[in-house]
This record gives sequence, C-alpha cells and structure tokens, in this order.
Amino acid sequence: MNRRLLIPLVATVALLGLLYLGLGIDSRDLPSPLVGKPAPPFVLEALEDAEVTLTEQDFIGEVALVNVWATWCSTCRAEKPLLMELAQGDIPIHAFNYRDERESALRYLSVSDNPYRTIAYDPAGDAGIDWGVYATPETYVLDAEGVIRYKRIGPLTRQLLLDEVLPLVEKLRAESLREEPLGSEARRVAQS
Amino acid sequence: MIPRVSCLLLAWLLPAGLAMALAIGEPLEFATEAQQRQYDTLVRELRCTVCQSETIHESNAELAADMRRRVYAMTLAGQDAEAIVGFMVQRYGDYVRYRPPLQANTLLLWASPFLLLVVGGFTWWRIVVGRRHMAAYPAFTRRERALLDRLSREDTGRQP
Repeated sequence: MNRRLLIPLVATVALLGLLYLGLGIDSRDLPSPLVGKPAPPFVLEALEDAEVTLTEQDFIGEVALVNVWATWCSTCRAEKPLLMELAQGDIPIHAFNYRDERESALRYLSVSDNPYRTIAYDPAGDAGIDWGVYATPETYVLDAEGVIRYKRIGPLTRQLLLDEVLPLVEKLRAESLREEPLGSEARRVAQS
Repeated sequence: MIPRVSCLLLAWLLPAGLAMALAIGEPLEFATEAQQRQYDTLVRELRCTVCQSETIHESNAELAADMRRRVYAMTLAGQDAEAIVGFMVQRYGDYVRYRPPLQANTLLLWASPFLLLVVGGFTWWRIVVGRRHMAAYPAFTRRERALLDRLSREDTGRQP
C-alpha cells in the first residue's frame, strides 16, 4: 500500500517542482545568439546627413555601446538621461535610429540632449534584422575588436549599469589595453 | 515590461514606415511556383519574436513585416528554405523556429511523447496482468475458512 501511494506522490511533487521552476522563467527573456559574434555588417545613411554613409566600421575601434532607439519609443526617451550620464562619463555610444523619421529624430535631438557619437539611420529596419533587434530600446556592448559582448533587450536601468554594463566595459577596456602595447609596438616597428 | 509593450503598441499604431513593410496577405509576385510555395511555408514556420505565439504570417507587428520582407527577398534571390531559416536562427536563435530542430537540447522534447507512451503502456500492462491473477470475487482458502469457522464457533460458545 505504501508503494502504491509513494509513486503518485513522487510524481506529483516532481510535477509541482517543474511548474514552480517554470514560474521563474520570464518568457520575454530571449536568447541572444549574437553575443560573442562580430558586429553584423550594415551600410546606412547617417541620421544627420544623408550624404554620409556609415558602416559597422564606424562603430568599431574602442569599447562602445550601441543603442537602438526611436522617437516613437517612450521607453527610449525615459532611458536617455542614463545614456547621457554614460556619454559624459566618456563611454562612446553609437546608435541605430530604428524605424523612425529623420525630421522627427533630428528635432527630438535638437531640443534635448544627444548622447550619441554616431547615429545610423535605419528607417526600414534593415540593419535591425541583421542585428537581431526585437524591440526598442536595445543596447549592445562592443569590445574594441567589434565583437558583441553583451545585449540588453529593453531599457537600461541604473542597477543594470552598475551590476553588469559598467563592470563589463571596464573589463573589456583592460583587455584591450593589455593588447594595445603589443599592437602599437608592432606599428612602430612597421613604420621604422 | 509594460513600457516596452506600450512602445510596441505605439510602433504598431504609427503608420510611418508601413509602406516599406509587407502587409499581411499582400499579393506577392514570384518567378516560380516553387518560390511561392517556399515563401508560404516559411512564413508559417517562423515565429514573430515580439508577439511570441504568432507566426510571422499572422502577425501585425512591424518586426514580423520586416521578417516577411526579408524572407520574400531571400526567396526571390534564389536562397533555399534551409539558408533562410539558418539566417533567422543566427540572429534570433532557435526560438524563431516553430518546428524545433532535433538536437541535444531538444531530445527530451521530441522523445517525450514516446516516453509517455512507454510509461503508460507499461502501467496498463501491469494493471491488466495484475487483474488476470485476481479471482472474480474474494475467496477464502481452505485454511482461512477453517479458521473462520473456529473463530465464529468460539465466539458463539462464549456467549451465555
């Protein structure tokens, strides 16, 4: 009799455990297969000047953030003061202006702060698909070599910056500095 | 979570940029019938990643429209279904596929119906075999009957 009761009991407890674990999973927490991969190539006009063409090379060179934003995205507006602080703290921020209109984007930036160093204008979401953008805002961290090292879907928060983004930026900067002396040495040798 | 939802909603309500995206059911022209078939299959197999429980075929989200447009362009360019799905998986992960591939981390998922069948079949077989050995109604062995007889006699014997 004990064994007969034990099996359903164990099964029920196991199922409850499984369901309980399921409760902790956020179905909006999506995987980011691009983390660890080089920044996907793109060719887009600069937001400020349609004559200027930008590519992924304009985002690469030092440890930097890439932010995907639009004027219709209220969360992006709410996030911008934090980006402003980062920019003032000497962290370069590049951006995709995603599915937006050039005039409204420029007007928005002219009446408020502009934390961005480079802004690629992506009205059709072309680069968006290549970069695996789900929804604005999104923020990537690129290392000095242009490899995506982190991706945040949704707004940045101060807590997130302190816990994840800033330590990562610091670590990546240290990494690139360690490699730098070798690189500059090689360059000097090559020049002489 | 809520700000992002409102963000998406705004994006959806805003008509700007819609001209570039493919609306649902918009008639498309293909060079061959095979391309048409491939497009029709693919848009029903790829998940709209912002709306989660919709394929890009049935979703109104802008991202789904972008993805349809990309599937269309790649199909016209002569890419096969595998290449297009691979392209999407590279960017959005396996999550984008409505039909999960058979690989190490999905093995249990694919095997679970068969496992359930085996466990259920075994349980059913155990019960049937157990019943076969059971008598149709409870019966006492000869020794049990003798014991019962004795007990009832002793019981009645003790009463005054």
